[in-house]
Amino acid sequence: MSSSAFRPADYIDNERGLISREIFVNPELHRQELDKLFTRAWLFVGHESQVPLAGDFFQSRMGDESVILCRDKAMQLHVFLNSCRHRGMKVCRYDSGNTSLFTCPYHSWAYGLDGKLLGVPQFRELYQHTLDKDANSLITVGRMHNYKGAVFATWDPGAPDFETWLGGAKEHLDLVLDCRDGRPGGSEVIGVHKWIFPSNWKFAAENFLGDTYHNISHRSVDLIGIGPSARAGVTGRRDNEMDKAKHIWAGFPAGHGVHSAILPEDNEYIPSFMNDPEVEEYFRHCFYERKRRMGEKSRLIPFTGNLFPNISFHGRQPRNLCNWHPHSPTETEGWRFFLVDADAPAVVKDFLRRYYMRYSGPAGMTEQDDMENWLYATAASRGAIARRHPFNYQQSLGKWDVTAEGGHNSWQVSEQNPRNYYRVWAEFLNGSPWDVLVGGDPSYRQQAAQ
Amino acid sequence: MSETLERRLATHPRYAALQAEVAEFLFHEVELIDDRRYDEWLALLAEDLVYFMPQRMNVKFGEHAARENTRAGTGISWFEEDKWTLGKRVAQIQTGVHYAEEPLSRVCHMLSNVRITAAVPSLDDPAEVTVSSRFLVYQNRVEYENYTFIGKRHDVLRRHGDSWLVARREILLDQTVLLAKNLSIFF
Repeated sequence: MSSSAFRPADYIDNERGLISREIFVNPELHRQELDKLFTRAWLFVGHESQVPLAGDFFQSRMGDESVILCRDKAMQLHVFLNSCRHRGMKVCRYDSGNTSLFTCPYHSWAYGLDGKLLGVPQFRELYQHTLDKDANSLITVGRMHNYKGAVFATWDPGAPDFETWLGGAKEHLDLVLDCRDGRPGGSEVIGVHKWIFPSNWKFAAENFLGDTYHNISHRSVDLIGIGPSARAGVTGRRDNEMDKAKHIWAGFPAGHGVHSAILPEDNEYIPSFMNDPEVEEYFRHCFYERKRRMGEKSRLIPFTGNLFPNISFHGRQPRNLCNWHPHSPTETEGWRFFLVDADAPAVVKDFLRRYYMRYSGPAGMTEQDDMENWLYATAASRGAIARRHPFNYQQSLGKWDVTAEGGHNSWQVSEQNPRNYYRVWAEFLNGSPWDVLVGGDPSYRQQAAQ
Repeated sequence: MSETLERRLATHPRYAALQAEVAEFLFHEVELIDDRRYDEWLALLAEDLVYFMPQRMNVKFGEHAARENTRAGTGISWFEEDKWTLGKRVAQIQTGVHYAEEPLSRVCHMLSNVRITAAVPSLDDPAEVTVSSRFLVYQNRVEYENYTFIGKRHDVLRRHGDSWLVARREILLDQTVLLAKNLSIFF
């Protein structure tokens, strides 16, 4: 398949709810994702709390490429491609640290914290003063945005503003990044898991888009109880905060999708974090403080979500942001950034980190089962016969409300979020302009016009 | 642990016998894991067990002591568990629907370089010993999945009758990015 021959309809049939297995295994489609999607989409790079001081850096990734998130002496954040302009060697090979220069090990070109090329050995003799240092600065991202401490970037200078891209998913992302008592922002990253698994990256993203249907695959942890109140006899892997809530699966024009929950009008605190009375007291306080501060809006609480293309989150129990970095069509590097309120008491932070570790990531009792599913779903999609048969995405087809924004709300477990996600995916691979990429489903506009 | 002290330990008349006893205990312990006799394995863990596997990081020369490994008691690691969570992990496998270990992996632990690096209060009558070792753990899963975990272990064993209990285990896996989809096995 040549790139010019790419026709989205060959892979994504949202009317019938059929999506080709090719998009999870095909090397050419993967190459096009790297060329056309990861070079344009807003991507999550890291959190400001990982680089609090001047000179701090964190080596991150965008797509399959290494980037540096750093803070310069004027406390400005930057994101650069981690590659020397001369012969491409990584100029930073530490996972994190503090420096005043990024010096390439190969020929010793040295760059400042603002990316400027400062040092070129034998500059006078070998380059006769003609080398344009400004033009040979580290390659910088097209746009960068620090949203409540979470740093996002895109290689495309023509990309829309971060918040335009985010659209209505903003109020759901806020639920992840805001303090538990409702104060805006204030989160910090307390650690990052990094691991490689043999699966297409989109299986991971889809999991968080609101695939609540896969809940059954976590039956083992639900049976034994690993939640924040497990020692107090509560089964399951989380507390029962959403027991009386109305669940919502919301999709947004730019391809984001979330599963959140709306508490009843006369909601009261549901005891949680009961393993430790001090922690329980803290979350009880946060619940009422948030309610006081946010009023009606406090009824919305987060579960999971995925910001297009590869930024997933768990909003509450546990609480983290994830990146699914593509390595190959069938290999993904997962990064999970664990979040707490920066000013939470030490006992709360300690409780949360232990809960996160037993729940999340490759050592987490819940998510091990996810990795097993993603691996074997990918592997079983490779076969010539298998690839003739698209995946079934017909769940709750047509069962959604169109929103004013051009997204959708579904009030039952639904695959409308992935259908919407792959619609945007196809537009990226189609090379569509940004107004289409963030414009929502054209059929919704038709519906609205009728 | 200073080099001098280690040498003094190793030349102590009781060292060889104690080292053999401790090694035998550790070999027995991993055999229980490989044989999937998880409840018997749990019985060898002290009630106040700390089971810790830090994450490793690439840091600048000179920063290794301070920053190469994540630390117990703060932040995120691969494992920082107590006996309760390890018991939960065993119970999870025993549900028969923990799909990351259903069907069960084949796991083979190889332990070597077993050395006693401290004994409290003394080698003559130790209540606790600190033991360093190397591990090579092979995991074969379903048909084609193979993972090799290599690293160092630092264990604190506590005398318990004529045997020992594991009171603390630090597992230093020699990888930064985990080159495996899961850590669904015991170390």
